[in-house]
This record gives sequence, structure tokens and C-alpha cells, in this order.
Amino acid sequence: MSEKARLLIVDDEKIVRESLFHWFSEDGYEVVTAESGDAALKHFDQAPFDVFLLDIKMPGMDGLTLQQKLREVDPNVAVIIMTAYASVNTAVRALKEGAFDYIVKPFDPEDLAHVIRSALERRRLLRESAPPEIPVDARTEDGLARIVGQTPAIEHVKEMVRIVAPADTTVLISGESGTGKELVARAIHHASPRRHMPMVAMNCAGLPEGLMESELFGHEKGAFTGAEAKRRGKFELADGGTIFIDEVGDITPKTQIDLLRVLEERVFTRVGGTEPVKADFRVVVATNRNLRKMVDEKRFRLDLYYRINVFTIVLPPLRERVADIPLLVDHFLTKYAAAMGKPKGSLSEDALNALTRHEWPGNIRELENTIERALLVRKSLVIEPRDLPLVSEDTTMEHRLSLAEAERVHLQNILDMTGGNVSKAARALEIDRVTLYNKIKKYGLQR
Amino acid sequence: MDSLVGRVRLVRLGPVPEGIERGIEKAVRNAFHGEITPDTETFTIDFAFDERRYQYNSTHILYRLERIPLRDHDRILAVTECDLFIPILTYVFGEALLGKPAAIVSTHRLSPTFYGLPPDPDLLRERTGIEAVHELGHTLGLIHCSENTCAMHASHSADAIDLKEPSLCPSCVRQLSTG
Repeated sequence: MSEKARLLIVDDEKIVRESLFHWFSEDGYEVVTAESGDAALKHFDQAPFDVFLLDIKMPGMDGLTLQQKLREVDPNVAVIIMTAYASVNTAVRALKEGAFDYIVKPFDPEDLAHVIRSALERRRLLRESAPPEIPVDARTEDGLARIVGQTPAIEHVKEMVRIVAPADTTVLISGESGTGKELVARAIHHASPRRHMPMVAMNCAGLPEGLMESELFGHEKGAFTGAEAKRRGKFELADGGTIFIDEVGDITPKTQIDLLRVLEERVFTRVGGTEPVKADFRVVVATNRNLRKMVDEKRFRLDLYYRINVFTIVLPPLRERVADIPLLVDHFLTKYAAAMGKPKGSLSEDALNALTRHEWPGNIRELENTIERALLVRKSLVIEPRDLPLVSEDTTMEHRLSLAEAERVHLQNILDMTGGNVSKAARALEIDRVTLYNKIKKYGLQR
Repeated sequence: MDSLVGRVRLVRLGPVPEGIERGIEKAVRNAFHGEITPDTETFTIDFAFDERRYQYNSTHILYRLERIPLRDHDRILAVTECDLFIPILTYVFGEALLGKPAAIVSTHRLSPTFYGLPPDPDLLRERTGIEAVHELGHTLGLIHCSENTCAMHASHSADAIDLKEPSLCPSCVRQLSTG
């Protein structure tokens, strides 16, 4: 942890406070304990906390009342309710009133570690999506400033963002891979009234149906093998904010039906659950496919297509905005030179000509990778054509990977998609956990 | 190289699987260059048994361990075959209080047989050695480490322990060396 997360543990039982204090201290958290609701509020007055663990049954002020009081001060507090089996119903009430999650005593160490990590991750997302109060116009321009370019094609995109951001309209962003769809989605969220709440992104490409549903709608404990704890889905996490669903054309027919219902009613059921869950979110979807054609081919539902195709922004491929390449190159040179601690340097005229002649099938992402690589391999401060792998390497990089390297990349992608959850990743990969652990060790993968 | 952990007194709490003490000695020497002395005496821990959970309260044992004379040693490490818990958790592999001289490690859930798998004495020795290094690290004030292969990385399942080495990463060693 680069910065110590602060936890406040509130429980009237000394042994619980002490046990959790030691356990979390060993994890490097900064831990404060309180024996009552009143004592907890005093601590909260003095300094902020990232996560609160509240016992539900305490003499005097109970956990539910304490949660209410905390939320009156800060509606975004991350509260985890600690409960015994006998009071699970009360814990469910706490969830409805805004608690992040609940956990039943005694805790499984893996569940406890997971729920704290998830709460901190949500906290981080909330922080990142809560920019300081600045005028609406400035906010819009700030988000748009990250979209680099001055050609009429990209100026039109920026104008569309300015128009649609303040409304709550569903937005469909279409464009080839690497054209910056998520960047535009973030610009929309950043300039919208929902900017103080999270923008939650979900990429549907290549996800098996079960995992996709679990990711989108969450699941109940025991919903399937390995579902060791209840987990909130992306729609719930996006409550109050924006959900960005990338590669919506990859969603399976069954999930298309579920998605349609959610978009129409803003109500859904967690996998393995029966209780309807409500959430309030704005929807931005993106695709690199021709959805209209998919509808004609009966691979995408017509009703879902109409539901998401309310306001469409089409992103131009890089080959149609060649005049923006010098600006983009300058932007990426500045970015990566700073990141690498190197002088920025420049491009020779020949190198720039080579870039403008290239077709860019991977669009801006490919250009970005090219510049990053060129900064590493250049022989002087001026990047020459020999530093640009444009002839063959850029479009065939995937095919040049060794089998082991391809496996490593794929495993890391799946781990990233599952938030580092080994059980879930192992299911998606259709291998057992021990095998996956061995591969994590072998390749030194990050969880 | 100077020992990072000083002299460690190793005590058995009841019978332990064969070769476990040797495994711990090897891991502790490897990680800390420490001198470890196995005790000839075996201590009982009936006082820590919880009838409702059918497990042994490791915190109670730790407090008792702190009262055992160190006899020219710097810290005490106990090993047991019994299943350990702390009241708030369903189980623990071991326990130590940060910066205090006593630590305990259990082989109970480190054995593949606990998970219905065939016995594997080598694997059990290796896991116990890693967990012993982990708990001794806590007695030296080390907290959990983000490096996957470091013995101080937090592991909440037996197979996750297999990712770790019976040694400390350079960052943890540096913390100990610089005090």
C-alpha cells in the first residue's frame, strides 16, 4: 500500500476489537477501534476513514443508527456490517440503507480480506470520479481536453459530447478498436451531473456468459461453486453514477434480454438471488461492431438496439483524421517522456511522413504504442523512421508472441477482468485453482 | 552475515509430524540466518481448547508462550498439529503479535490431507517453514508485504502459501537491517 488506508472498527466486544486490530495492523492498515457508536462518531469528527466495520448489535446506538449518522455527514462512506447469523435480516436492511456489504461472524480470513479490498476499491473509484467543484463549462472542457485533435471530424465528436453530457440520455459510442471510446465515455461522465459518483466500466469482450452476468448483476453467496461471498455487480457499484459497457455487441442473447430489462426498469436480480435490486445509473455503451447489421442477422435484439441507440457518437478512425497525427504524436511524446524521465525530443520530417502514410488499423492505441516504443529505442533525441516499427511489427505483434507469452498475457487479462479473484479467474479459464496459482507463480502475475 | 532474528527457541505443543522441526529450522536459517534450538520438552495446550468450535484459541496460547522463560533466546516459536482460531476468524495458520517475542504456527490446515488430498510430507514441511518465517517476521515488527513471493505476503489459503518462498524479499530484509 502506498498510502495507509484507515479503518474504524466499532464493536462493544473487546476481544473482537483487539483481534481485528491485530489482524488488520499486520496488513499495514491504520486501525482505530471504538467500543460504541458515540465513541465512533467522535473519532469520525476528528479524521476521515476509508472503511467502517460496524457491529450491528451494540448497547445504546446500534450499527444501523450509526450508519445513518455517518451517511448524514458523508453519503459515500464505505460501511461493512458485522453480524451474527441470527441478525442477517437486519444486515440486509443495512445494505438497503447504503451499507457496502455485510460479513457474518466468525469471518473466513479470505472473505474478510476480499470485502475490505472491494470496499477500498470502491472508495478509490469514488474519489477519482469526484473532481473539485468547478463551473460546468470548465468541467466539460477539462474532460474534452483529453481528446486530442483539431480536425473537423474530432471537433464534431467534442461538440456531440458537449450536447449530450448534461442530459441523462443513454449514449452509444461506435468506432473501430483503439479510437478512444472509453476516453469519450469518461469525458461524458466527467461533464455530467453524476460526476461526483463513480463511473464503472465493464468490457464484455470474450467473457463467458456466466461471468458476464455475475460481473454485471453481482451474485449471492453460494450462487455457484466458488461464490464464497456475496458480491455486488457493476450496476450496483454504478449507483448514482455512470456505467460504461464496452463491446456491447459481444453480449450473449440471454444476457441481452436481462440487459434490456435493466435498462427499461433499472431493476435487476443478483445471480442466485430472488430479491429485486434497484439502482440509479446513466448508461453509456460502446461497440466496434455494426449493431444494425447484427440486428438484421438476428444476432442482436432489435428492442435492445433501439433502447441503446438513443444518441450515437461515431468516432472516426485515425486514417480519416491524419491531420491530427502531429498533435497526437506531440501529446504522447510529452506523456511518455515524463513517465520515463527522459527528454521529450522530436520526430524527424521523414519519421512524421512515415506516420502519416501508415494505415493505422489499431488507430490511436497503435500510434500511442508506436511512440512509446520509439522513445525507448531511439538512438538520438530525434526519432527517425528506423525507430518506428511500422512495416510489419505493428499489426502482427500478437502473432509474434511465443506460446508461453500468449498464455501469460491471456492469464493476466483474465485476472484483471476478475479483479484478481483467483476462483473466478480459474472458472473463466476452466482450470482448477491450484493450476492457476502455479501459473501465477510461474509468470509472476499481478493479482 | 548477522542473524536478523537472533536466537529462537522452538517448542512443540503436542506431537507434530515427523521432520517438521527440521523444516522450520531450515527455513528460519535460510530467511534470517537465525540460530534455532528445538526444545526437548513438549507443552500441552488443553487450556486453550474451545469445545464449541473444536479448535484451540491461538491468542490464549500466545499469551501463555510469552510467560515461558526465553533461556538465552530472543524469541520463542511454537509448532502444533492442532487447529487454531482467533475468536473473530474461522481459523488461522498461525499467530504472532507485532513486535512481541512469541509466535505460533499450526500444521493442521497446511497438510494436503486436510483438503482430502494424499499426504505430502515435503509439501507440509515447506509450507510450515514458510509460515514459521512469516510469523517470526511479525515478531520482528514486519507487516504483510505486497510482493507475491515474499514469506511476509498474506496468504489465506494453503495453496496460496505455495506461491511464496521461505525467505524475505529485499524490501523486508532492508526494513530489518535498518531497524
